[in-house]
Amino acid sequence: MSTPAVAQAPNAHPKPVQRLADRVFSGAALTAGSLILATLAAVAAFLVMQSIPAVTTDPNDISILSGQNFWSYVWPLVFGTVWSAAIALVMAVPVAIGIALFISHYAPRRLAQGLGYVIDLLAAVPSVVFGLWGANTLAPAVQPFYSWLTENLGWFPLFSGQASGTGRTILTASVVLAVMILPIITALCREIFLQTPVLHEEAALALGATRWEMIRIAVLPFGRAGIISAAMLGLGRALGETMAVAMVLSSSGAITVALLTSSNPSTIAANIALSFPEAYGLNVNLLIATGLMLFAITLVINALARYIISRRKEFSGAN
Amino acid sequence: MSKRIEVKDLNVYYSKFLAVEDVSLTIEPRSVTAFIGPSGCGKSTFLRTLNRMHEVIPGARVEGEVLIDGDNLYGAGVDPVLVRRNIGMVFQRPNPFPTMSIRENVLAGVTLNNRRISKSAADDLAEKSLRGANLWNEVKDRLDKPGSSLSGGQQQRLCIARAIAVSPDILLMDEPCSALDPISTLAIEDLIEELKSEYTIVIVTHNMQQASRVSDRTAFFNIAGTGKPGKLIEYNDTDTIFTQPTVQATEDYVSGRFG
Repeated sequence: MSTPAVAQAPNAHPKPVQRLADRVFSGAALTAGSLILATLAAVAAFLVMQSIPAVTTDPNDISILSGQNFWSYVWPLVFGTVWSAAIALVMAVPVAIGIALFISHYAPRRLAQGLGYVIDLLAAVPSVVFGLWGANTLAPAVQPFYSWLTENLGWFPLFSGQASGTGRTILTASVVLAVMILPIITALCREIFLQTPVLHEEAALALGATRWEMIRIAVLPFGRAGIISAAMLGLGRALGETMAVAMVLSSSGAITVALLTSSNPSTIAANIALSFPEAYGLNVNLLIATGLMLFAITLVINALARYIISRRKEFSGAN
Repeated sequence: MSKRIEVKDLNVYYSKFLAVEDVSLTIEPRSVTAFIGPSGCGKSTFLRTLNRMHEVIPGARVEGEVLIDGDNLYGAGVDPVLVRRNIGMVFQRPNPFPTMSIRENVLAGVTLNNRRISKSAADDLAEKSLRGANLWNEVKDRLDKPGSSLSGGQQQRLCIARAIAVSPDILLMDEPCSALDPISTLAIEDLIEELKSEYTIVIVTHNMQQASRVSDRTAFFNIAGTGKPGKLIEYNDTDTIFTQPTVQATEDYVSGRFG
């Protein structure tokens, strides 16, 4: 038996050749990656340190709390934040997927391009504008519809109670949020749908799939992870949206699933924006502590999304 | 379930560009017909017109008739979706759906259009189709694994299983072995030989040995130059095409003098 020529090498682990460009690039990538982590860690540290006094101090010493404890103060805000963002997401995602499919698979090319531009433009509108529109135009316009809903479908928990006279309810806020997150979800979904391999689309069509069936068995499963990611980006924006909600929603701090009444929970971000100008001393810490809650919610939701995406990893087509 | 294909004076256009000109031929049921010719001569394009898959490409259209047992494929009111349900197709590169398991891939065509099928019937059909594609013994223990976990040759046989699961009348194959190694190619060629007893098979191939091995009849397509339309040069029994072609161009091509 002859031994391979490699055995001649005296060093068992010869060092691979290192090129300068490789080292510079990997260094740059490492720096960028660490910077993100460092920033995140710094933000988390700041939030936690500033939040501790708000939780440990006697509630009577914090004027905003007016005697109630921290958790009973923050709970309605957490509920309002998640609730309004969830409603917005439920409204926005199907519409976004529909628009994206229309652009990628149904519309003639020229129309699709124009539509794409309009969608991108929508993403560039500042949230203050959406807030103004929601408070001054949308709310009065939908108010009669809300009244009708509460009168005729009041047995349904979401539509129960007395309709708000101003129309500035959590549903209106959610509609505004939905409009705001629609462009980003649409744009991402469109890009993902356009990436569907022609091979898979043709496989479906050759089996005798109609266009919708082709989309169902080739396009949507392929884009599943991307759709979830897009929805999460939208949800992130909805959770953290401040101005629009602050302007549209007239909140009372109640925890209720009724969408159309005048008693609505506020959201964390809007509450911070509205309370901050008059906050002093420990009140600032309290508001920062609610911010920490928002941070935690976002983290949990994103982790959940990652988990859902990775659950069917071997079926993703990425192998 | 095997049908005769008659093509009469077929022209294929991409927008204004004439890609294939004036093809007329008849393909008998329960036979294997090979299309050979240099790249770009329109044989794949022509193959796609046999189940209207060319319509997927924007601007593609045909003139002329394709009769399947006498019914015109391009007659008024003929739904291309239904056409493709009866005329299966296997592509150049294996394309199982990556998001589906092996079993789901086989049944993909059957479950289309909400056709209901009981679980036991589905199991039987999956087994029958996979056996038909000579794949059953290799995958029977991992039907729930993704189709993309198989090797290239296995994936291609999975695609064949998927195509025959809907019991088509005709099976079109567009260079089914060009992305496969010789062993997998042999497996597919054996499979074609077996499938011949039930289906009309049309296969496009660049491999002339393959054409002579698997086919009963061979059609030679050629192109006069870039920008010119592809034409059917000669169509005859495979033996005749490879031993005594009547056209000089055919002889040059099959003997390897050009192309």
